[in-house]
Amino acid sequence: MRIVSLAAKRLAASLPTLLLILVGIFCLLQFAPGDTVDAMLAQMGGGDAAIAADLRRFYGLDLSVAEQLTRYLWRLVRLDLGFSAIYGKPVATVILERLPATLSLMGASLSFAFAAGMALGVIAARRVNRWPDTLISTLGLIFYATPSFWFGLMAIVLFSVHLQWLPAGGFGDVAMGYTGARRVLDIAWHLVLPTLTLGLIFLAIYLRIMRASMLEVLSLDFVRTARAKGLRETRLITRHVLRNALLPMVTLIGLQAGTMLGGAVVVESVFSLPGLGRLAYESVVQRDLNTLLGIVFVSALLVIAVNFLVDMLYARLDPRIGA
Amino acid sequence: MNRRETFLLVGSSLVSVPAIAQETPRRGGVMTVHFSTEQRILNPSLQASTGVYIVGGKIQEALVDLDAAGNPTPVLAESWESSADGKSITFKLRAGVTWHDGKPFTSADVAFTAMEMWKKILNYGTALQLFLTAVDTPDPLTAIFRYERPMPLGLLLRALPDLGYISPKHIYETGDIRQNPANTAPIGTGPFKFVQYERGQFIIADRNTNYWRPNLPYLDRVVWRVVGDRAAAAAQMEAGQILFSPYSALAISDFQRLARDPRFEVTTRGNEGNARTNTLEFNFRNPILADIRVRKALAHALNIPFFIENFLGSFAKPGTGPIPSVSTDYYPAGMPQYPFDVAAANRLLDEAGHRRGAGGVRFSLRLHPAPWGEDISLFATFMQQSFAQIGVRIEIVRLDAAGWLRTIYNDHNFDLASGWHQYRSDPAVSTTVWYRSGSPVGAPWTNQWGWNDPTIDQIIDNAATELDVPRRRALYADFVRRAQTELPLWMPIEQIFVSVFNKRLRNVANNPRWASSSWHDTWLAN
Repeated sequence: MRIVSLAAKRLAASLPTLLLILVGIFCLLQFAPGDTVDAMLAQMGGGDAAIAADLRRFYGLDLSVAEQLTRYLWRLVRLDLGFSAIYGKPVATVILERLPATLSLMGASLSFAFAAGMALGVIAARRVNRWPDTLISTLGLIFYATPSFWFGLMAIVLFSVHLQWLPAGGFGDVAMGYTGARRVLDIAWHLVLPTLTLGLIFLAIYLRIMRASMLEVLSLDFVRTARAKGLRETRLITRHVLRNALLPMVTLIGLQAGTMLGGAVVVESVFSLPGLGRLAYESVVQRDLNTLLGIVFVSALLVIAVNFLVDMLYARLDPRIGA
Repeated sequence: MNRRETFLLVGSSLVSVPAIAQETPRRGGVMTVHFSTEQRILNPSLQASTGVYIVGGKIQEALVDLDAAGNPTPVLAESWESSADGKSITFKLRAGVTWHDGKPFTSADVAFTAMEMWKKILNYGTALQLFLTAVDTPDPLTAIFRYERPMPLGLLLRALPDLGYISPKHIYETGDIRQNPANTAPIGTGPFKFVQYERGQFIIADRNTNYWRPNLPYLDRVVWRVVGDRAAAAAQMEAGQILFSPYSALAISDFQRLARDPRFEVTTRGNEGNARTNTLEFNFRNPILADIRVRKALAHALNIPFFIENFLGSFAKPGTGPIPSVSTDYYPAGMPQYPFDVAAANRLLDEAGHRRGAGGVRFSLRLHPAPWGEDISLFATFMQQSFAQIGVRIEIVRLDAAGWLRTIYNDHNFDLASGWHQYRSDPAVSTTVWYRSGSPVGAPWTNQWGWNDPTIDQIIDNAATELDVPRRRALYADFVRRAQTELPLWMPIEQIFVSVFNKRLRNVANNPRWASSSWHDTWLAN
């Protein structure tokens, strides 16, 4: 019950933010020159003025900006995201189609970055200032400093073009027409390179935070006490130090859920994945206002949800917070 | 190895084509195609663009297509003839053709498509069919097009491979055509049947087992893979995930790299019907540019052969005017040109009264390059540096597609713009609108320069309804001469789209619009 009320409170607090974001983006896009009909004419390679006027009427662009905004917000109140100009179907359907790719990529990268970052951070902290620490920290710095599109392309060149171990892109092999478990495996196989590419940058951050946090906790009094009472080193690390050191890591997950959605645009483009990031980019270029606002809405919900989960996790990790 | 040698090698590999042609075609296989931009519509009778033809052209068919020599060849129409006054054109249609849903194809489909789609919705079609008044259907296999003014048969036949795709009347006759579900799940008579369009991922079409050409197509399936990133698409070609990348969709540097790889063929073959020229568009509302001497000076300041040699490789050549040299019927030789001559450029600017001021600068202009095509961006930078030599400072303004079209063709808020003019088979279809006055504000790729020339308007109108081919050719020579003398815009570079093939594909590029055509005889070697 406490969880439900907390969730409701969180959601209520984020509603004004959500509204502000949506109105802000709507106004921002009005400043961009050209509308979705211009974008369509660009794609068509030409068309006369009558065609353009006809299309503007079709997409409801002949109305005033205030009218368009009112209509949009009124639809939103009824939980209707509207109709997508590029895709010719309801925005909700378009977004639902893209969610699996985005969620699996985000989930996989986040888990990979978190797990590997934690393990490497612990190792680095325990061997601080010795060669494993130097090696891990240097690698982390390299991962952090390399742009993800370059990483992705180099991974494709090495693993797909030269070694031919992994596919170069796509969300599953369409030509084969797999179904069931075979299809799930096939998609997982296609996600290996994108996950590594997107995850490596975040891994670098987690690893550094974990290392610093471990070192800090290791210097605290209770660790000395634990050692003094004769606890073995492994048990000390897992039971006492790790649990305390994890708090900043968990905070970071919440903060980075949003960043990851943004970083996914690049990775989705390089690996031709049908995710939300590419959809957002396409919507901006094509001036498809409804789709873009829909994506902002759903992304905001996603970030709110992740942060809510993180809050729950806090309480679990550190009983003091819950109280 | 320099570029020239590279392309000589490519050229020599073409010599072996006859040997390949003698192989027995293999049935089966999946052809994977690079699909670089997501489309809103896949029906080519509603939208004329290469992005639609690359998919829709395999599923739906036109009345005619082009043969290997570039002449109209029968598809859904078996024969055609024009009345003496050019006001009615009769098509005899092919018998025994069925739509993918099993209904028969008849003249009613042709009449419906022409009147409701080509005349009302199809871009370029609305202009081409402006004077079409009716399509009579005396029997199911005859369609008679009635025109208010004479329609040259040659013009219509040249335009129809692109602007003559037929849609099924029984699918489209009820409801709003623009919202018909068949727009993204097309139903046609072509060699491949639409199966699925998964946005952002792929489109699938399977063999039409009931195709009217016996025992064709060879391929089981065509899969278009949506890959927006150029470098990723090149990698997928190398990994064998994509077998064909059409319409210059890879980076120029990747063309040069893949051309050296024996697994691929990088060529302009099969795209001859799709020439384009790079443009330099002048805004006459700026008094500096309204002076012909300034426009000529800017033209003289550019070393076009140098730019092509160093930036575009052998896929481009200097342009000579609005009608490109691939147009064998209408290309006029010996028109006024503006060769690279810095001294002449400086002299013209001096004469126009633009003396060099502080820092050697005469005046400043904004240049808006169009956001499509790597070459446009390179050319903009090249112009910026070349114009600096004659004391003209250029500020490059970059916008995305929607913003660019709005700024140039609707708001007219530019000094110089640069993009592509795409030539579509006949000057009357694609080219004269760039020069004819009276185009409504906001119509892209038309005369929006603030330039109005009654002489060229007259020539354009006469040529559009001239039935006699030699006289029409002479009128278009007059048109080009006038365009090159007045220079309302300049088309200094001529290019043909580049295709990249995996060499396992056979029977490719065997007509001048192959990437858009039906691929009924294409096959995949082991």
